[in-house]
Amino acid sequence: MPILQVSNLTKSYSGIKALDNVQLTLKSGEVHALMGENGAGKSTFMKILIGLIPADSGEIILEGKKLTGSRVNDIQRKGISMIHQEIMSIPELTVAQNIFLGREKEITGSQTGWLNDGKIRQRATALLEEMGVTISPDIKMKYLSVAQMQMVEIAKAISNNAKVIIMDEPTSAISDKEVAMLFNIIRNLKAKGVAIIYISHKMDEIFKISDTITVLRDGKYIGTKGASELDERELIHMMVGREIGSMFPESNIEKGREILSVKNLGKRNSFAEINFSVRAGEILGIAGLMGAGRTEIARAIYGLDKPDNGSIYLDGEEISIQSPDDAIKYGIGYVSEDRKGLGFIPQMSVQGNLSLGSLSKHKKGIFINANSEESVTAEMAGNLRIKSSGLAQKVTTLSGGNQQKVVIGKVLLSSPKVIFLDEPTRGVDVGAKFEIYKLIHQLAAEGMGIIMISSELPEILGLSDRIMVLSKGKQTAMLSREVATQELIMKFAVE
Amino acid sequence: MENNLQVRFRSFGQYGIYLAFLIICLVLAFSTPRFFTVSNLLTIGNQVSINALLAFGVTFVIITGGIDLSLGSMVAVTGVVAATFAHPDTYPVIVPIVIGLGAGLGIGAFNGFVVTKSKVPPFIVTLGTMTIGRGLALILSKGRPVSNLSDSFNFIGGGNVLGIPFPIIILIVAFIVCSILLNKTILGRYMYAVGGNEPAARASGIRVNNVKMWVYTICGILSAMGGILLTSRITTGQPNAGAGFELDAIAAAIIGGTSTSGGTGTMTGTLIGALLIGVISNSLDLLNVTSYYQQVVMGVIIIGAVVLDSMGKKS
Repeated sequence: MPILQVSNLTKSYSGIKALDNVQLTLKSGEVHALMGENGAGKSTFMKILIGLIPADSGEIILEGKKLTGSRVNDIQRKGISMIHQEIMSIPELTVAQNIFLGREKEITGSQTGWLNDGKIRQRATALLEEMGVTISPDIKMKYLSVAQMQMVEIAKAISNNAKVIIMDEPTSAISDKEVAMLFNIIRNLKAKGVAIIYISHKMDEIFKISDTITVLRDGKYIGTKGASELDERELIHMMVGREIGSMFPESNIEKGREILSVKNLGKRNSFAEINFSVRAGEILGIAGLMGAGRTEIARAIYGLDKPDNGSIYLDGEEISIQSPDDAIKYGIGYVSEDRKGLGFIPQMSVQGNLSLGSLSKHKKGIFINANSEESVTAEMAGNLRIKSSGLAQKVTTLSGGNQQKVVIGKVLLSSPKVIFLDEPTRGVDVGAKFEIYKLIHQLAAEGMGIIMISSELPEILGLSDRIMVLSKGKQTAMLSREVATQELIMKFAVE
Repeated sequence: MENNLQVRFRSFGQYGIYLAFLIICLVLAFSTPRFFTVSNLLTIGNQVSINALLAFGVTFVIITGGIDLSLGSMVAVTGVVAATFAHPDTYPVIVPIVIGLGAGLGIGAFNGFVVTKSKVPPFIVTLGTMTIGRGLALILSKGRPVSNLSDSFNFIGGGNVLGIPFPIIILIVAFIVCSILLNKTILGRYMYAVGGNEPAARASGIRVNNVKMWVYTICGILSAMGGILLTSRITTGQPNAGAGFELDAIAAAIIGGTSTSGGTGTMTGTLIGALLIGVISNSLDLLNVTSYYQQVVMGVIIIGAVVLDSMGKKS
């Protein structure tokens, strides 16, 4: 008997079907990947499963019993837990206190309002030990890394006797080593009969960890297959409903003069002795594990942080950058990995965000020339094929891929000569990914120098002319496109 | 996907304040015959003008994600300073005006400087300035009201032009200038960006500290306008004047839909917020409700406005 059986699930918003007759069969002890482009209905589906929103029709059967009109807490007790993409915990409380938050009375078995932190601590210790995780139960949540917070969330789910755990993009913000740890925990959970619904955009991961794959597209159920019956091409085909051909465009772009070069750049506790240069039309990839100092280098050059030593040359002349507005004036652009934190202004429209870095070009005295602003942003939105109801649409209502295009567009409008792209396709669906790759190529062909930081090795290998590998803040290799392989990069990344 | 109803509800939240204002005015127009008379409306406009000026100033600050609690003290300082130079047969009237505005500019710039250089939350910085300002007003006036002001100075708060009280004219001009500043200039756009997401604004090449310097300085100037207006109206520079004005101004901005978390707000909203406060206290006066009850009513309206606003946003 399947542990969870979902059938004919439908949910509409004002007549538009977000989910249309979706089904899912989950067996105990299986990792079931749920795939689909952004907007395919995955999150609506999961929100219904955990009781956050009600379905219009359909049936959810957990262990033979029908789930009806339940609230999030009830469903959690019944055994469905979700590890959210953005982890919600109380930073000032300890790990143990967070795990049993809201259940203090159950743990202490007392109906009075007195806490028994000792007992909570004891239970948490046992739980973490059982998981094989070395996190102190007494440490405050705010001191944990994202990966550790995730482990705590999983511990919380286990302590709830979860039979089904939903993981939404669990690896989007953690290092490769931590991914390995996470996968170990997943395998342990499997062995105990817990079923896992796994949502991710990362193909290699899906094939590594999942047993079964269900694909949704435009709110419709497309199909379910064993992971071993599918390859990447077929899976993408199911997801986008069309052939995408090769993800990476053919490249033979003429390289021009050297634009940016960096000599002996260093920042204490982040990186040291970094030397590289990028030429017009060249794509330089920066690879390395999380924490290797990739983002920190970009931030230092862009003026978001101050490097301790080293020099930066633009077109052969040494420059000094104190802040991002200096960098922009010199023609250096930066698309951050942290789209929400550093990318856009959530209250603003597509147009407002697009023009934000280049308003000085639309200056009429102290006023903004609204006509020129509109025509320029409209052209950019068209070139990048930003899907929106119009330039006035709020940026937060766009899909991840389109938000990313807005951020890229903003940087491009300031006419950079060289651009840092930090994880340009993180959290972006397959279709948009492909478009971003094409765009990167087009920019290089137009003579821009591109420095791309990415954790996805296929992306690094598919696009870069040269690849700089970092390990623990040190530059360990500079590989040419011809010699670079995944294995070689990994070797230098862990050196 | 967005639900039609949700969109409608949100836009109600957005325009709710205008609707509420309209409904209250209509009810008053029918229930109290004295409300909808030219003289009463001009009275309201006159009464509202000072609070509205302060509210415009603090709206800029709140949009950038800050707050300014020193408005009331700035009213007192600038009022006392202006009054000192406004005695009859001393200086032309432009002198106390310029010096008063200069004092507001100075204190506002001080706020901006400390906020940007120290990274201390604006709430704390301006709380300090509030106390400093009050002390300065008492020092400069030696604790006594500064009276005996020239007729031309007293015209600012008490005069009429073509039957319209001069403060209303100042109010209208200030509203237009502030609206244009917020909506049509690069500085205005940057204010929204800084309040919406400060790190992203910085990464977009915006000089965040410059923007903050500007908003606190502008707020200081508008407070000085309020201070001069008040001093002229009561024909005395009162070192104790303006206490609590900051709260009314912040209330007007919030009732008008400015979010205290920054990034949103409009001048029109703030104007309506200030008018709403004015209309309600005026009508409660007309209905002979004592001022004790008026305060309770005002508090309920502030909370109600924010509840309405957040309900509109949630969906």
